[in-house]
Amino acid sequence: MISIDLTIFWAAIIGFAVMAYVVMDGFDLGIGILFPSFSIGDERDQAMNSIAPVWDGNETWLVMGGGGLFAAFPLAYAIILPATYPLIIAMLLGLVFRGVAFEFRWRDAGHRALWDMAFSLGSVVAALAQGITLGAILQGVRVENDAYAGGWLDWLSPFSLLTGIAVVIGYALLGATWLIWKTEGTSQRHARRLAFWLGLGTLAALAAVSAATPFLHYDYWRRWFALPGVLLTAQVPLLVAICAATLFWGLKRDFERLPFAMALALFLLGFLGLGISIYPYIVPRAVTIWDAAAPPESQSFMLVGALVIVPVILAYTGWAYWVFRGKAGVHGYH
Amino acid sequence: MLGQLDPVILARAQFAFTVSFHFIFPAFSIGLASYLMVLEALWLKTGEGVYANLYRYWLKIFAVTFGMGVVSGVVMSYQFGTNWSVFSTKAGPIIGPLMAYEVLTAFFLEAGFLGVMLFGISKVGKGLHFFATCMVALGTLISATWIIAVNSWMQTPAGFAINAKGQFVPADSWLPIIFTASFPFRLVHTVIAAYLTTAFVVGAVGAWHLLRDRDNPGARKMFSMAMWMAAIVAPIQILAGDAHGLNTLEHQPAKVLAMEGDYQPSPNGAPLILFGFPSNDEARVRYEVSIPHIGSLILKHDPYAPLQGLTDFQREDWPPAHIVFWSFRIMVALGFAMLGVGLWSLFARARGRLYDWRWLHRVAVAMGPAGFIAVIAGWVTTEVGRQPFTVYGLLRTAESHSPLAAPAVAASLIAFVLVYFSAFGAGTYYLLRLMAKAPERKEPELPNLPQRAAGITPAAGVGAPLTAGE
Repeated sequence: MISIDLTIFWAAIIGFAVMAYVVMDGFDLGIGILFPSFSIGDERDQAMNSIAPVWDGNETWLVMGGGGLFAAFPLAYAIILPATYPLIIAMLLGLVFRGVAFEFRWRDAGHRALWDMAFSLGSVVAALAQGITLGAILQGVRVENDAYAGGWLDWLSPFSLLTGIAVVIGYALLGATWLIWKTEGTSQRHARRLAFWLGLGTLAALAAVSAATPFLHYDYWRRWFALPGVLLTAQVPLLVAICAATLFWGLKRDFERLPFAMALALFLLGFLGLGISIYPYIVPRAVTIWDAAAPPESQSFMLVGALVIVPVILAYTGWAYWVFRGKAGVHGYH
Repeated sequence: MLGQLDPVILARAQFAFTVSFHFIFPAFSIGLASYLMVLEALWLKTGEGVYANLYRYWLKIFAVTFGMGVVSGVVMSYQFGTNWSVFSTKAGPIIGPLMAYEVLTAFFLEAGFLGVMLFGISKVGKGLHFFATCMVALGTLISATWIIAVNSWMQTPAGFAINAKGQFVPADSWLPIIFTASFPFRLVHTVIAAYLTTAFVVGAVGAWHLLRDRDNPGARKMFSMAMWMAAIVAPIQILAGDAHGLNTLEHQPAKVLAMEGDYQPSPNGAPLILFGFPSNDEARVRYEVSIPHIGSLILKHDPYAPLQGLTDFQREDWPPAHIVFWSFRIMVALGFAMLGVGLWSLFARARGRLYDWRWLHRVAVAMGPAGFIAVIAGWVTTEVGRQPFTVYGLLRTAESHSPLAAPAVAASLIAFVLVYFSAFGAGTYYLLRLMAKAPERKEPELPNLPQRAAGITPAAGVGAPLTAGE
């Protein structure tokens, strides 16, 4: 009994870590994706300054998600990573490049163009790899005897490429709306124009992924369309429509924070939709969270540490965002 | 062509590459964090400005090193799953939580104190700032403790049961899992190694600047401190290494026999093989040069004590002796070279010529990277010596890997090599640029860069001395 509670608890913690990672690293990866479209000089420096204080804190949630998955659901960790092997490696290398480029561009003005390119390329690669990984997990991986049993390119499919592109566009929307909030003048106007088109793109991508997902497996179909569940699940697309309308209204009326809030809401709803599709599986249709769970001794041992430290991290993160709450200037925060 | 390569060998190469590259950074930052703590303590105690200057000088270097350690560490948290999924499934319930605690510790340290340490001296006051420095130093040590606990469990597993799925699970208490037989020896040996590594980097930087200006007070102070460390800690490390070796002989005899190249049992005392090329295929050391009885003297502290040979063990349980034989000798040779520099510096100090003997300084510069090489050689010895097992005696490496495809592993290995050498190569270049600058009489503080949410700053402060100096 106690093990069941712990397992759900850990699934929630890891789900939270992944969600925290996606929304927080999402907007700074998005800025990397949009970076080539910013003019060299003030516009780029402003964009960089707006995320400089927070990006590495955002990224630590990725370590948390990976480490937590390994510790609490070792079987899932051992199936998903081999199944998406090239994607994970590409993502890590993209993040390495992007992480060092971030700082080195300030330090080495002579090679700034090079580091800017590394920053942008690393961001695109990382975002695309994350999106394709999502699609690969959703479409299901071949599992035999508790191990991945497919080839090293099984993840590649029209569906996974679609989710890859969807995540890139979605991150770019987060990045653009973040800049609307955090910058002023030409940077802000530029971001607003971008956000409009990216908003349309995100909705199209969300619609395409949502339309394709129920056709992947009958289970997904039943989860979304069978009565009485449909009464509940139908709220998700409804809320998406409301948030999207609010996003465009906010853009048109020159609101500064509303677009970012709505972009976040769209991501949360997308995440919720994924949860509805997948639960209670951790590797869809092959391994449930209980199949993959580490024994209760392991989960409870870690829980002690997580309960103490996760709130500390959250408090500190909140404080950091509070300290840097103003507009980002060319030379850092005002 | 790639398809013909053994994917398990490639996976091992990839893990060895990423973990070796990663460990270079913590090997330095563990020692440097403690050094910074000592510098700040001395500054608070004596009020001498030279300590504050040195603190600021090394803090910039620490920030860059720590950042690269974090970036390369993120990769490690995914390496277990991509290449070693069977190991991850089976050992995950034991080592997963230990590694999760390492992550949480690192988080805690970064979130709480690194930001204060890097940017906060004018904001929080001396006392609180010193406290932050101490916490960062403590955090690096706690981090190391968890990782060493994981590694020691893989070397000398204890406190586990095996469940119906074939997984290693905790038997009842976590204490025997964390405090395994080899854990205390390995922890002491590793932490001292990090201290020595740092001492020789600090010593080399001090010597480099003494060769240019032997009156530079910062260079004199750091060189003197580093040489005290070398003289005092190198002999301690040799004793700790000896104790670690005896512990290994007790729990992993085949590893030690491979390190020594002892294929045949020696009932009347084993020789010490100084040179040769061990061959597992021929079960002998080719071109052997050895001294009788010294092997037993070292391993048993008795020249006539009998010693087993590798041939007493199953052939399929032998580690690759040709690697560990040499990696062990590289480590030991560097250890004694460090001891030699330490003793030389004592002699120079006794004669009052510590800051004048140019050859001592030149040798100290040459020995700058010695700690890194010794640390990597030591890890190669213990990890390759654990082969052919991942969990010693219980889970074979050949049964631990993921369902791997050679092209995927080979391509990603190449990508890792290219990216690491370019990204960390640039970082190392920036580090060397910082070190090439002599410590000034009034070392500038870190500029008020935007604070980091988690305090990780891959290169914060690299620009400071450049812009300040130009």
